[in-house]
Amino acid sequence: MSDGISNNKTKGVSRRAVLAGGTALTASLFMPNGLRAADFPTAEVNTTGLAVTDDAVTIGILHSITGTMAISETGSVQAEKLAIEQINAQGGILGRKIEYIQEDGASDWPTFAEKARKLLVNDKVASVMGCWTSASRKAVLPVFEQHNGFLYYPTFYEGLEESPNVIYTGQEATQQIIAGLDWVNQTKGAKTFYLLGSDYIWPRTSNKIARKHIENFMDGCKVVGEEYYPLGHTQFNSVINKIRLRKPDVIYAIVVGGSNVAFYKQLKAAGIDMTKEKPLLLTISVTEDEIRGIGGENIDGAYACMKYFQSLENENNLAFVKAFKEMWGDDMVIGDVTQAAYLGPWLWKAAVEKAGSFDVDKVREASPGIELTTAPEGYVKVHENHHLWSKTRVGRAQADGQYEVVFETADLVEPDPFPEGYQ
Amino acid sequence: MQSSAFMTRKDIIGFAILAALIFIVFPMVLDSFRLNLFGKYLTYAFVAIGLSLCWGAGGILSLGQGVFFGLGGYCMAMFLKLEASTPENTAIQSTPGIPDFMDWNQLTELPWWWEPFYSLPLALLAVVAVPVMFAFIIGVAMFTRRVGGVYFAIITQAFAAIMTILIIGQQGYTGGVNGITDLRTLMGWDIRTDEAKTTLYFVNGVLLFAVLFAAQYVRKSKLGRLLIAMRDQEDRVRFSGYNVANFKIFIFCLGAAFAGIGGAMFTLQVGFMSPTLVGIVPSIEMVIFCAVGGRLSILGAVYGALLVNWAKTTFSESFPELWLLGLGGLFIAVVMLFPNGLAGVWSEKVEPRLMALFGKSREDKPAPDGAPAE
Repeated sequence: MSDGISNNKTKGVSRRAVLAGGTALTASLFMPNGLRAADFPTAEVNTTGLAVTDDAVTIGILHSITGTMAISETGSVQAEKLAIEQINAQGGILGRKIEYIQEDGASDWPTFAEKARKLLVNDKVASVMGCWTSASRKAVLPVFEQHNGFLYYPTFYEGLEESPNVIYTGQEATQQIIAGLDWVNQTKGAKTFYLLGSDYIWPRTSNKIARKHIENFMDGCKVVGEEYYPLGHTQFNSVINKIRLRKPDVIYAIVVGGSNVAFYKQLKAAGIDMTKEKPLLLTISVTEDEIRGIGGENIDGAYACMKYFQSLENENNLAFVKAFKEMWGDDMVIGDVTQAAYLGPWLWKAAVEKAGSFDVDKVREASPGIELTTAPEGYVKVHENHHLWSKTRVGRAQADGQYEVVFETADLVEPDPFPEGYQ
Repeated sequence: MQSSAFMTRKDIIGFAILAALIFIVFPMVLDSFRLNLFGKYLTYAFVAIGLSLCWGAGGILSLGQGVFFGLGGYCMAMFLKLEASTPENTAIQSTPGIPDFMDWNQLTELPWWWEPFYSLPLALLAVVAVPVMFAFIIGVAMFTRRVGGVYFAIITQAFAAIMTILIIGQQGYTGGVNGITDLRTLMGWDIRTDEAKTTLYFVNGVLLFAVLFAAQYVRKSKLGRLLIAMRDQEDRVRFSGYNVANFKIFIFCLGAAFAGIGGAMFTLQVGFMSPTLVGIVPSIEMVIFCAVGGRLSILGAVYGALLVNWAKTTFSESFPELWLLGLGGLFIAVVMLFPNGLAGVWSEKVEPRLMALFGKSREDKPAPDGAPAE
């Protein structure tokens, strides 16, 4: 019924049973990092009937690979597959190779719910890497909570959520917003802000937090405008005129998807040269992936606040970028979410090994406190609230489509999905 | 005899086979997950039956049935959401006791038009009444002005687009892009368990048959014959003294009511409602279900909805990267090879052979739904 991998799995049981001993032996001989499956009998590491055999464990990948979201989610799928391949090359998890069943959410929220249920109920996958939009996460959340699945969700999002069945590997809103606003205030002397965004929950919640921070925590700063446009909107001339009239120091833009292309082109056409930084543009919605659509020359000089940029020059990241390009092609770019998706399988591996079990309850218990020193973004740690401690960084967009990192927080920023004083 | 006028032998056999499939075969061979999926497919069948009456019999092609499906579904979802949003469940919000998405959008009290949805009887009434009311308004505006054919189809499509934009834009009141999610209980009964889903499947099946009987009744009544007459020669019917607009409005409203019931059952079985089920794409898909099944046959519409959705699930599970091509191929094949859909295949190919096999040359007279008089 499913793809080749699961077919292989069901057909190959007897052959595998024979080979199991051999595989474990090979793993222990040639993979110094690998744990031996024989030390972790399946009956002990899997007490809840998940898809775990003596030499393999099956997980799910659930993203849109067709429909309007496919362009955004493809990077996440690629990063997850890369991580799985690398983990397998190191000997897998508890001596077991990771196999995956990929399902297509088709940019359609009911389909996400259907496929999530299929992965959990029929395929009994041990965890799922998946979802991208908040809408798809909201659609699958009850399914994961009912069937006690475990989801690694990669996208930066609005917060206001803390499910026992999800690990959020992207930033919640405060991690992405506060440090960036403080930075423009302190280093650029910005006092007045014009907030705008696409009209749905993430930009609205983010701007709410931005406004509270500007008005309550930044001395003498104020918001001079706040506006929203429907998804897919392409006429930004009126807001650009208002921006010229009110002369804010900062345009704080949370425009998403295809609207970005129109927005930045029209800004440029209206004579707002972002490299002059009058006004300065700060966004939390444009990663390297989006710049490909917008065109580097149209966004040159804008600032973005993220936790990861492809241009980070630490060793982890250099190796990650190299491996990613080797696997998927030299013309690939890697955005913030792609990196967060790459963390999913690694965080799960660490949690399973700490728990010594694939059982969801034990993995959940083991997750808080998990550290990853090999993350491309640097060191990350899982918080009690299932989000990651991450650094916040500011990058300046270059004409070649990459960001130059101009600032990073000294310490990891604590995730706070229900921020006090920002509600 | 009254009964033979209502149902021919052929109809009775057709209904019996479908009943056997839905109530006996599917529950026996499918596990609870697949059964729930089939339950979901069958909610689309409600829409397809309505379309078969409007389009197949009445010649009114609506590309906006998703609106009525969505309205029915949203009415149900609003009731369930209010039940799920008790002050205890929502204690973490700034304003406990209102649905979570309202709190995220800085609403501090429940909008007045949500109040009726605290009551189950009112919500159930709204599931049918709200779609019918919308259909009535569109119907009066269009049909009394003699807007028909392709113009009507375009306007209904615009209506579907407007509805989606409205729902997404008014996210504080409707849940926006996310829709209304995390629905839990119906009068304290947890709808998320496997047992509940199985029960809902059977409720869905019973309602589907109620709708099928209603549709059959309409088809076999004088109204049904008038509809076909209007489809083929509208002016003659008008010159014969009938008020064509009223019949069209009626059948359009009936289709909307069916779609609303389907939408409500969708919400109950899937556990949420979102604007992706309201817009142009799902509305056109619903027409495809009807076309694949054979737009002239109400039973065909049910099979069409089942086959297309089953193919969608199966293709996408087997070939996640190529499944849309497979589905497209299926539509092209059906339209090229079997212009009358599955029902056409049955009545032209299968049935004559069955009859020959059992030596029953004494055939029923071809029902008025036989071949269309183009």
